Amino acid sequence: MLNKLTLKQTIDQLDNKKITLEDIWADVLNAIKNQNDKLNVYLALNKNFKPQLNKPLKGLPIAVKDNFCTKGLITTASSLLLKDFMPQFESTVTQKLKDAGGEIVGKTNMDAWAHGSSTETSQYGRTLNPRNLEHLPGGSSGGSAAAVAADMCIASLGSETAGSVRQPAAWCGVVGLKPTYGRTSRYGVVAMASSTDSPGPITKTVEDAAILLNHISGPDPLNATSTKKESPDFTQSLDKSIKNLKIGIIYHNLPGLEKIWELFEPQLEVFKKLGAQVELANAMDPKHAIGVYTVVQRSEVSSNLARFDDVRYQYGRDTFGNEAKKRIMLGTHTLSKGYADQYYNLAQQVRTLLIKDYEKLFKKYDVLISLTSPGFAKKIGASEGEAMFGELEDKLVEVSSLSGMPGISIPCYRDEKTNLYLGMNIMAPMWREDLVIQMADAFEKNTHWNSWRNND
Amino acid sequence: MTDLNKNYQLICGLEVHAELKTKSKMFCGCKNDPFNAPKPNIYTCPVCLGMPGALPVPNKKAIEWTIKLGLALNCKINLFSKFDRKHYFYPDLPKGYQISQYDIPFCYEGYLDTSEGRVGITRIHLEEDTGKLLHKTIDGKKVSLVDFNRGGVPLVEVVTEPDIKTATQAAEYGRKLRDIIRYLDIGNCDMQEGGMRLEANLSLSEDGSLPDYKVELKNINSFKFMEQAIAFEIKRQTKLLNTSKTPIQETRGWDTKKQQSFSQRTKETAEDYRYFPDPDIPPFQFTKEQIEEWRKELPMLPEQIINEWKAKFNVEKRYSKLLISNHQATSLLELVFIAAPKNNIIPNDIAKEIVNKNIKFNKNLDSEKIINSYQKLHQTDSIDLDVLKQAIDEILTANSDAITKYKNGKTQVIGFLLGQVAQKLQQKLDMRQVRSELIKALKN
Repeated sequence: MLNKLTLKQTIDQLDNKKITLEDIWADVLNAIKNQNDKLNVYLALNKNFKPQLNKPLKGLPIAVKDNFCTKGLITTASSLLLKDFMPQFESTVTQKLKDAGGEIVGKTNMDAWAHGSSTETSQYGRTLNPRNLEHLPGGSSGGSAAAVAADMCIASLGSETAGSVRQPAAWCGVVGLKPTYGRTSRYGVVAMASSTDSPGPITKTVEDAAILLNHISGPDPLNATSTKKESPDFTQSLDKSIKNLKIGIIYHNLPGLEKIWELFEPQLEVFKKLGAQVELANAMDPKHAIGVYTVVQRSEVSSNLARFDDVRYQYGRDTFGNEAKKRIMLGTHTLSKGYADQYYNLAQQVRTLLIKDYEKLFKKYDVLISLTSPGFAKKIGASEGEAMFGELEDKLVEVSSLSGMPGISIPCYRDEKTNLYLGMNIMAPMWREDLVIQMADAFEKNTHWNSWRNND
Repeated sequence: MTDLNKNYQLICGLEVHAELKTKSKMFCGCKNDPFNAPKPNIYTCPVCLGMPGALPVPNKKAIEWTIKLGLALNCKINLFSKFDRKHYFYPDLPKGYQISQYDIPFCYEGYLDTSEGRVGITRIHLEEDTGKLLHKTIDGKKVSLVDFNRGGVPLVEVVTEPDIKTATQAAEYGRKLRDIIRYLDIGNCDMQEGGMRLEANLSLSEDGSLPDYKVELKNINSFKFMEQAIAFEIKRQTKLLNTSKTPIQETRGWDTKKQQSFSQRTKETAEDYRYFPDPDIPPFQFTKEQIEEWRKELPMLPEQIINEWKAKFNVEKRYSKLLISNHQATSLLELVFIAAPKNNIIPNDIAKEIVNKNIKFNKNLDSEKIINSYQKLHQTDSIDLDVLKQAIDEILTANSDAITKYKNGKTQVIGFLLGQVAQKLQQKLDMRQVRSELIKALKN
């Protein structure tokens, strides 16, 4: 059962020669064999691996969302249009993963073109939530979150535009870290909304997320919007006191969230116990973020998908699913002459207001904390007929996505009856993943919600 | 139908596209050399092929060069600028949009002077070139092929105000712009290869105000054809207007064989390119200091060189204008003009010789070789001064009326007398020497 080990545990035990890489791979492939037909996590598998014990990631099996271009592994972004697309080049993030000794074990299912928060828009069928098969894993990185939850990999990569890492991590009871926009390169990641796309790790523990982020982040000359600064060592933020850090709790009084808030509020006590200052804070109503995000994202989607047609990819634009078609139409409208001012340009102005609102809060608080998602994982089929499903599910994380700020979702509650989890979203100012990791690590190590830790 | 027979004023603006000769393409590291590529699609990569997830990284040199072109054309520079996406579908455009500049071009509000007046420059912006479509028949089947060697090559667009009043002015503007681009050493402007492309927007006006229609002349690959096409259009549109018809708003091409323009397509609706700032490329913030630095780096431009040659070497403008169109030769010529007086050659004479004999320069030439060959060509027999003086005396005696004319200020008789002396002596003479001796004799 070596597949149940965390990334940190496998690295340590390989170093101590307690286990072998071959055994880890055998157990992971076995877990995939036993569960993939049922869960529909992987769209493509790679069973060949090279032991790289002298490298930090040792040749360990890492799951990768299917929107990262991977040389030699078909990359579909869960769309029919890219059914046979074999990339001739490697995304920067997966290249960095490989350079560090990570092996891609497979490409994970997602919402087609990353449009959605359920994996139900995938043109290869939905993924099921390994915690409860009647429920959805969330999305769009639902396959990567499910792969981690079901121990079908040691760790995984997802990408977030607004919630696509954190929301499925919350629903699957795993850790999802969205880095600062530009911290991880977008090169070779099938573009969704270029101004917010951020690749990030989805892992079993906060520690694992810090390790993985160390290896996939940093400047990329191929991505003009990537950082110019080298990353710090994020593992330095682990096991650090949070005494006297100031926490602002936001979105605590939203209508409809009263019941969830009752489950969430007691979880904040641990921060006080650890010496942090916890206060309720007021952020701008996230409903404004929904409008802004919808317009900006649809506009960019309509442009980013313009390159796909049957001249080059064999399968034509008629193979786009309903969700992609709707987004292209809406985005084409919001960019049209006479409408761009009303929609796209206005949305960008409101975006600036939302960013300023957060910046104001960060003058007072080191981190902001909210629920990741307005509730537990929804039942399968929930997204069908819900045009704004994703936006409503992601509204609590949208502002930090639009502003480019980093955030993490960690498990903070488990419902015993359904085995479903709630996620806690911890956000920090630009480039301060260290604060996010420090706070999340402290929470994880002083509570019993993480299913890979035995803190009780 | 009444024949109004009125005269109209041409209202014309030009849009000129020129490829920049940077080493690499505009947004990727691919080689920028489409015309010398041995095979199609070899200078390509995920970025210029628009593969999923590939991202553009702007070429700093191309931006610097565009701004330098703006400075050379007396433009103002936007210190804040950005790239935008321009959406349209065409098989030679792999992303479904072209990266271009919409509302904040790098340069704006400049001008270029022509002998027929000033032409205002509205804007200069930078964009990426498209691929090239080839329509062929292979195995009896008509196919369309795409070559992306040219896709993503940096392309500047220089747009003028509707200030051009004649067909000749349009051609002069085009030639001057080409010379400037070559002088800045930023583009080859080879018209045949499409390295420079001309478009004219033109209409005719009764009173000089902007008419409510516009004809676009496109795909014209020489200044001469541009001049002919505009001249033709003036006639065609005058005829229409004089029969109370408004010319159709359309794009027209130029048939070089028939010597007439022809309709290519009519625009029924205004196109909507759905411009928006490219989120893949952060906007630019330049400093005034940076722009001034670039201004200082500008080389001498054709106009300046012509003036300087006049001032320094007394080379006539009519020669230097022709000489400078080959920009590689200007620095060489400068050395020739400096060396000429030391070798008793008048710089203007050598300039005239090069123009009249249409001498081409190649890499192996240096100023010494040019001076030497000029001297060889103009080598004179050495002549005994007394023989020369005697010959002059004899000619003057035989042409006493010429002396009178000269003394009455009709100095052009010198030419006639020089000819007479030369004929008499039947030698390769140093005409300057003959001339000075002749004048001496005349004055006595």
